[in-house]
Order: sequence, then structure tokens, then C-alpha cells
Amino acid sequence: MEKKTHPRLKEFKYTLYRIFRNPSAIIGFTLLIFFTGVAVFAPYIAPPKYAHDPYIMPHKGFSPTPKPPTKEHIFGTTSGQYDIFYGAVWGTRTAFKIGIFVVFFATVIGVSVGVISGYVGGIVDEIIMRIVDIIFAIPTVVLAMAIVVAFGRGLDKVMIALSLVLWRNYVRVMRSGILTLREMDYVQAARVMGVSNIKIMIKHIIPNAIYPVMVMAFMDIGSMVIVAAFMAFLGLGAPRGYADWGQMISLARNYIVGPAEDPLRYWYTIIIPGGCIVLFVLAWNLIGDALRDAFDPKIRRK
Amino acid sequence: MLAFITRRFLFMFVVVFGVSVLIFSILMTFSPERRAAVYVRSPQQAQNLPQLVESLGLNDPFYIQYFRWVKELTHFNLGYSVVAARPVWDAFKSFLPVTLELNLYSVPIMIIVGIWLGTISGIYHDTYIDHITRIFAIIFWSLPTFLFALILLMIFYGYFEVFSPGIISDAYSVYIHDNPDKYTQYTHLLTIDGILNGRFDIAWDAAKHLFLPVVTQVMVIIALLLRVMRSSMIEETSKDYIMTARAKGADKKTINFKHARKNALIPVVTVAGWLAAFSMSGSIEVEVIFTRQGLGWWLANAAIQLDIPVIMAMCMFMGIIIVTANLAVDILYAYIDPRIRLS
Repeated sequence: MEKKTHPRLKEFKYTLYRIFRNPSAIIGFTLLIFFTGVAVFAPYIAPPKYAHDPYIMPHKGFSPTPKPPTKEHIFGTTSGQYDIFYGAVWGTRTAFKIGIFVVFFATVIGVSVGVISGYVGGIVDEIIMRIVDIIFAIPTVVLAMAIVVAFGRGLDKVMIALSLVLWRNYVRVMRSGILTLREMDYVQAARVMGVSNIKIMIKHIIPNAIYPVMVMAFMDIGSMVIVAAFMAFLGLGAPRGYADWGQMISLARNYIVGPAEDPLRYWYTIIIPGGCIVLFVLAWNLIGDALRDAFDPKIRRK
Repeated sequence: MLAFITRRFLFMFVVVFGVSVLIFSILMTFSPERRAAVYVRSPQQAQNLPQLVESLGLNDPFYIQYFRWVKELTHFNLGYSVVAARPVWDAFKSFLPVTLELNLYSVPIMIIVGIWLGTISGIYHDTYIDHITRIFAIIFWSLPTFLFALILLMIFYGYFEVFSPGIISDAYSVYIHDNPDKYTQYTHLLTIDGILNGRFDIAWDAAKHLFLPVVTQVMVIIALLLRVMRSSMIEETSKDYIMTARAKGADKKTINFKHARKNALIPVVTVAGWLAAFSMSGSIEVEVIFTRQGLGWWLANAAIQLDIPVIMAMCMFMGIIIVTANLAVDILYAYIDPRIRLS
């Protein structure tokens, strides 16, 4: 007799099948695996020079003019003679740190507040949602900039500021998910059967309302890396010399135009760290896109 | 309907008030000495910092300082901007036209092109046209605005030497400044003023400086609109009434552009609030890279130099813009969708 698989497991397998049938997911996961490999093996790929803080890019001399790739510096050096290869490799770790930290804390806050809002309802819900409306009235970059200015500069401050802004997005999604699901027949059925409210919430509502949040979270890892890169570019992020793609672009900012006879001479100072950002963000967006297609019940079974 | 608009309108004030309290409390985390340091102009003043704190009332409780700020606000006194070396309100008035001009051109273009591309992508769902637009959308969605702007500058300013950063060439800038009698600044928008004064060369020069910033902003933000329009179009074309129209043998063009697109546009209207937010933050990055001295440039430099009154004022301004955009969306939404209006 055929062994019956648990329906959740069956659905999960089907989800995986849907995800990996999508070419964008395959490209996304390949890129992500590549970046994960670089981040994990960073000490072997680019051995740190300063043992106390491997994130500080080694630099030979202080000359502001970038130098083209050589055998020793395979991607060349940027302004201040920081090694671009080293920065690109260790910058991967910085990007993972930013994306995952920010989105993790924002989802934890956002989902809990959303659950409270949707579950308790009434005046609590009203107050929470009005606060969320107020925070939504200021663009992410601007609010994050204000918080960083108040807290002081630094990579950790940028990450805290972004999580303090981003949670608002998840509250709305989580709450509306809970409100829709609460009226569904299967939830009513469970209620009639005498299942406790908390158990309905934890077993039946939250697991189903969390999917849109997950899709958003994947996409936001990418966009948070972009926002953090812009803040690093402005000089609000990590101190000078820290391996951070946004900062590497800002170091090269004055060299976008080379000497008259060779205007694109310093292309590598912008394109290499910039390319890293684009590919990293692309990976998360492609995965997020595929997840949305796989989770969306409207197109799931078509 | 009127009750709904009134309620939303009143709520708008609540949000703006909330924004001001939120930003004010964030900036209150500065020590009074640091906030007083903004006003210091000479070494003597630096020595009298405690007295300065006292005279400005920076040690007062939160609500007293907040109400003092609101009181000053009613007189359009928003403080002094160190970055602009002018009072905030004066600086705001001179920076506003630059940002306005950028968005005046970029927003309509991105709406029209975004909706058009989204419609095409939705109609030819899963064909190569759709795949190309989707790839385009996801790549631009992953591209930081400031990086794209830098690359454009590198190619068009560095290599081709056609477009340059800034707002207008120095010669024209001097001319406008020196000849207030010959050149009237009606709107302070350079392209429009140029035409109104009959100086097409000035308008053309300003337009050339606008080209790359507008392209940057359009390309990056279009991805959002395109995505929403595409999925809304796909959903609409798979509905029963479209199937009926097809079965009747109605003209394909009529079905797609008259029936489907009109209904598919409804969800797109809701992203207008987002669009306002994205244009605002997009303007910051664009203006920083292209050194256009507008509101975004001002805010970014204020954040770097801890120019607190500017951050406060700009957050209020953006809050008002976004809340107004959302209010407009709600009204428009009810206007275009009779189902909402009549229920």
C-alpha cells in the first residue's frame, strides 16, 4: 500500500517543484550560492592582513589615484590604494550582514505587531495602524537618514535605523492576512469545534498569513542592501576603509571620469563594487519573484 | 462620499502632526549642547555654550520645545540651515524649483511608459516581449539609483562629453543672475522660463542638463509601475467577461485596450502614493550624483553635516507630499471605480 504523505509535506514538495521549474529562481539561487560561498570562505579567498579586524581593507600607500589591475591586485586598487578584490570579497560578508540583520529584526517586530493588531483588534489595532500610517508618510531613506543622524554614524547604526523603518511594511501585510483568514470557513469550522483562539492563531492563521511576508522579506534583503549602500556612499555608514561596496563606490566617486585621452580609465573602481551590489540584489529579487509565483494561490495550480 | 473625503482630509492633519512629533523626538536624542553647536558662529560663542543652551531653551521639557517649534512654524520660521547658509524657509523656496523641474518631466514619462510597457507585457504574457520587459524590470529594480546615475555620467559625460552635471551652464547662470531686467524668472523652472523669455538657448541648455537625471529616475522607478500594471493586466484578461467578449468575436484591440486596460488601471492608481515616495527618495540620489542643488541634494548634505532644522523641515515636507498623494489616490479611486463610489 502506498504510504500517504502528510498534506503539508506534499504541498511543500509541490512548492519546491514550482520554484525550481522557474528559470529565474535557478539563476537567483546560483548567484546566492556563489555569494554565500564567497562570504563563508572569505578568509581563504582574500586572507586578511589585519588580524584584529578583517573587514578593514588593506592599502599600500595613500595615493588618491586608482591603479589598474596587476598580478598582485587582480581587480586593481581604488582611491587611497585600497585593494578592490579584497573589498569585493569581504564586502559580500558586509552585504549579508546588512540584509539579513535588517530584514530579520524588521520581520520579527513587524510580524509580532501585526499579529497583535489583527488578533486583539479594536482600539489597539486602531492605534497601531495609525502609527504605522505615520511612519509610512516618510520615505525609507529619509527616515533612516534622520535616525542615523540622531544615533551617530556607523554600519551598526545604519542597520538599526533600517530595521526601525522597515518593520512597518510587514505589519500591514501580516494584519490584512490575519483579517482575511479569520473569516475563512476552515477557521470558522475550527472555532465551532471548540479549538482555542490561541491555537487557531498559531496553528491555522499565522502559518498561512506568513507567506506574503516571506516573499516581501526576500525582496527587501536586496532593497535594504541598496539603501545601505547609498547611505555608505554619503558617508553615513561604516568608517573609511571598511569593506563595504557602497563605500568603495564613494571612494571612486571622483574618478568616474579619467584623463582626457582615456576617459574610461578608472572604470573598474565603479563597475566592480557596483556589479557586486547589482548581482547580490538581483539574486534576492529573482528568488523573491519565484517565491511569489510559487506561493500565489491564484496562479499556483494553473 | 463627502463624509469620506472630509474624514480622510482630517486624518491627513493627524498624520502630519504625527510625523512632526516622530521626527522631533528622534532629533531630541541629541544632547542640548550638540543642538546648540549648530548656532555657534565664533569661538567666543563656543565658550558660552551653556548660556546658549539656556537662552535657546534647549534644556526645556519635550513638549515645551515642541510647541515652541510649532509656534515658529506658523511664522514660517523653520530655523537656520548651515548647509545653505540661509534661513530654512528661504533656502527651501530656492531649492524647490530644481526638484520640481526634475519631477515635472520624469513623473509623467514614467507613468505613461510604465503603463504602456505593463499593458504590452500583460497582453503578450509569457511571450518573448513579456520576458524581455520582465528582465528589464528586475534588473533595473536591482540597480541602485546612484550607481546607475554614476554609470550614465561615466559614459555620457566622460566618454561622449555630451551631457554634464549641474543645472545649467555657468555662463547662462551668471547671465540669469546679472540681468533680472532682461530675463524674468516667472516660474523659476529653467526650461519654462527660458521659453517664456524667448531665450530658447537657455531652455535647451537646461533641458540638456535635465536629460540624464530624468532618464535615471524614469528607468529605476518604471520597474515598479510596470510590474503592478503587468500583473493587474494578466488578472483582468483572464476574467470571465473578457472570455465572453472573445467568444462573441469582439475585436482584439477593443478587448485589450478598452475593456481590460481600463479595469486593470484601477490597482495601478493605488501605487501612486508609493510613486510619490520613490520620486522623493529618487530625487535625493539623482541630485547628489548630478550635483543639482535641489531639495534632495540639500537633505543629503544636511544629513552629513548634522543640519537638524533642515532634516526636520524636509521630513515634514515629504510627509505632506506623500499624505496628499495618498488622499488624492483615495479620491481618484472612488471616482474611477463606481463600485467603491456607490457602496
